[in-house]
Amino acid sequence: MQTDFVKKSILPGFTLSLGFTIFYLSLIVLIPLSMLFIKTSTLTFVQFWEVITAPRTLAAYGLSFGTAFAAACVNAVFGSIIAWVLVRYTFPGKRIVDALVDFPLALPTAVAGITLTELYAPTGWVGHFLQSVGIKGAFTPFGITVALTFIGLPFVVRTVQPVLEDLDPQIEEAAASLGADRWQTVRLIILPVIFPALLTGVTLAFARAIGEYGSVIFIAGNMPMKTEIAPLLIMTKLEQYDYAGATAIAIGMLLISFALLATANYFQWLTSKNLGKT
Amino acid sequence: MNSRTEPQLVRYLLIGIALVFFGLFIVLPLSCVFFHAFSKGWLVYIKALQNPDAVSAMRLTIITALVAVPLNLVFGVAASWAIAKFDFKGRDLLLSLIDLPLSVSPVIAGLIFILIFGAQGFLGPWLIAHNVRIVFALPGIILATIFVTFPMVARELIPIMKSQGNEEEEAALTLGASGWKTFWMISVPNIRWGILYGIILCNARAMGEFGAVSVVSGHIRGLTNTLPLHIEILYNEYQSTAAFAAASILALLAIVTLIAKTVIEALIRRGRAS
Amino acid sequence: MSIEVRNIHKKFGAFKALDNVSLKVEHGELLALLGPSGSGKTSLLRIVAGLDFHDSGQVLFSGQDAREQKVKDRGVGFVFQHYALFRHMTVFDNIAFGLRVQPPHLRPSEQAVRAKVMELLKLIQLEWVVDRFPWQLSGGQRQRIALARALAVKPRVLLLDEPFGSLDAQVRKELRMWLRRFHDEAHITTLFVTHDQEEALEVADRIVVMNQGRIEQVGTPEDVYHNPANAFVLNFLGNVNFFHCRLAEGKAIIGETELEVPGLSVDQPKIAKLYVRPNQFKLSRGPGKGSSLKAIVEYLNPAGTLVKATLKTETGERIHVEITQEEYRQLKLVKLMPVFVSLKDVSYSEYVQTAG
Repeated sequence: MQTDFVKKSILPGFTLSLGFTIFYLSLIVLIPLSMLFIKTSTLTFVQFWEVITAPRTLAAYGLSFGTAFAAACVNAVFGSIIAWVLVRYTFPGKRIVDALVDFPLALPTAVAGITLTELYAPTGWVGHFLQSVGIKGAFTPFGITVALTFIGLPFVVRTVQPVLEDLDPQIEEAAASLGADRWQTVRLIILPVIFPALLTGVTLAFARAIGEYGSVIFIAGNMPMKTEIAPLLIMTKLEQYDYAGATAIAIGMLLISFALLATANYFQWLTSKNLGKT
Repeated sequence: MNSRTEPQLVRYLLIGIALVFFGLFIVLPLSCVFFHAFSKGWLVYIKALQNPDAVSAMRLTIITALVAVPLNLVFGVAASWAIAKFDFKGRDLLLSLIDLPLSVSPVIAGLIFILIFGAQGFLGPWLIAHNVRIVFALPGIILATIFVTFPMVARELIPIMKSQGNEEEEAALTLGASGWKTFWMISVPNIRWGILYGIILCNARAMGEFGAVSVVSGHIRGLTNTLPLHIEILYNEYQSTAAFAAASILALLAIVTLIAKTVIEALIRRGRAS
Repeated sequence: MSIEVRNIHKKFGAFKALDNVSLKVEHGELLALLGPSGSGKTSLLRIVAGLDFHDSGQVLFSGQDAREQKVKDRGVGFVFQHYALFRHMTVFDNIAFGLRVQPPHLRPSEQAVRAKVMELLKLIQLEWVVDRFPWQLSGGQRQRIALARALAVKPRVLLLDEPFGSLDAQVRKELRMWLRRFHDEAHITTLFVTHDQEEALEVADRIVVMNQGRIEQVGTPEDVYHNPANAFVLNFLGNVNFFHCRLAEGKAIIGETELEVPGLSVDQPKIAKLYVRPNQFKLSRGPGKGSSLKAIVEYLNPAGTLVKATLKTETGERIHVEITQEEYRQLKLVKLMPVFVSLKDVSYSEYVQTAG
């Protein structure tokens, strides 16, 4: 039996390491996560449906997914430009910029939250300026999008950057030698190659943004129906001891984001297959 | 100009766009933290950090990281050994299950532990009967932190181990080394930078985790408040300077993490080139 | 120590890596496993080492079944294709590794370890790299360090996987002569895997030619080169021309032309494939006394010990020929010149069927 399951190897410790991996994974992740589904099953489907289609829930879902999507799109554009600039050009301070790209990942979300709020509040450095041109920064969907853009930036840069670095210079030279101008080369040769990576990065940023809590709640304003994100709604339900309601909203969120991830993975697989890469 | 670059104007324009965006989203927030922390001078800053609640929050944060990081490290090494060194069925499934916590909202991560250990939870009645506190206490904070940082070491180690292949271990075995000796003398030294890298990233996330810990902590001042939770309370109480003073500690941790990461990445790259 | 494998089978999924392979390696022999990639030679080597597992069959070390023996107890020195030097250890620590990991009661003193390592470094003429790390060495140097590391534990068998595969042509030649000399002094049973026929012919006592998981022929270099067991061996051991023809007593009929074939005896006419090495042709400017094929010189390369030429026959077939510089000068060969081709010898003929 064992020979069917694992390719026999002389290296030791397979049973021990895999056994521990599965044990720890089940204990910390699988069993606790399955509680969500068990808890939901205490609701009837009608009750479940009522919770997740309540106007307040739908507004929260809409806000979470909408702002996450907007932030992912902003990052797709500017993340690609930053990755491109970091790989292809030299300029003073490039190494510091490169290192600081990961700052949003390293900075605790609560710190990011209060900092961005302070910046975008009407009295803040940026908020003050925005107000003078008639835009409200903090406590609006705009502010939420800003926070989610901050959180998502490293995901896009860090997935596109290595692909650009690995790009064989010869294919660009070949394109140029065949008479393509620079823009044609970028559009027809480089973009298709980095597209799967870009899609992956955007998806990762999107997925992270949907569930984001710490960096958003300070800047969001948290007005029900207006600026209340889905994770905050879960928190609110919990504080009212409505565990079943919180769980139902959580399940809805999880299922939608898993479905999105699966779709994006499928597109990525399709794109890479078209490019003859795996 | 060669065939692999753009006109100078386009180049400067792109660099300009990148730097403006970068400045707006990275440099500005970074300077904002320290600006506000020190806006009322050194004395207020030091005083804010010496506050007993701040000190106990820092202690709790360190304890949490000291438990969560080693556990996830042991898991990371075991998982990467099984996944990178062996070829077995369901390996891809296992990989995506390990990554699962990364796509779960921190709030949901906290929620699942409330569902198990909370007063209305599955084990709730039993825990109350035996007077064991898990949520709204230290164990819950640690559990939630382990969950959100779960894959962070494994994710760094698996690709490194995979790229190194099995030949060095095989060579050691043909030279008469036992399995344990091979593991400790060959495999572990080969991933030492990866281990350090994983520890640093895992630690940064463990110390900074907010959402999940917020759900399970119960916000008991001086008892179950980690540093990020302490910051939230101060900020909501309009003690902005004190909040930013505490935040500056975590921002400093983030910067140290980034510096360490950059150095280790250079070391890993050197190791791979050989 | 002698090694014997009996009826080894090994599958990777549906792919038969080894298909009923049996082989005996005598004590002190230097044996080459030669074959194209995917022929199963590396699988066989790894199974002998105990690094991989066979599905069925036996591996015998000095007559004893090695199945129950773990790798570390087999006493094999294995040199990996990409050397597998421990990247975090110096050259010294790499070579000393096998001595230092022995159980306490067998472990030599640190002084003895030092002496042994220096002795081995002297043997491979690399004493001056002792404190370097693998990444500071050239390919050829790493190769020799890997060999020294394997030799440190006094293996009973030395197994080398493509030992010179990733080296420059020049280093490669030097190292294989070094290996031959080393083997002549040490007389340790040695198996090495290669896809380079020249390497196998030059270094080995005996050659095992493998293809698609099977052994095609086992023999001395002279034997396999001059008396190939089949067309695959013949093809693999050097360039060869082949002709579809009819064979009758002493003659090969190719198209309209009858060629004399020295030393050929068939009892009745046969349809056959005739294999001729480039150096087995005789060229002349005129038709000569025997019958011969008429061709023109299509391509000519006189740079080398032998002169290489490609001839095109009247029927459009191409023949690759090698002649000596002396013959070349006598013939005054130039491009597009007509020549007459006859056979000095034939390497191998394969009978397709008996002609009526």
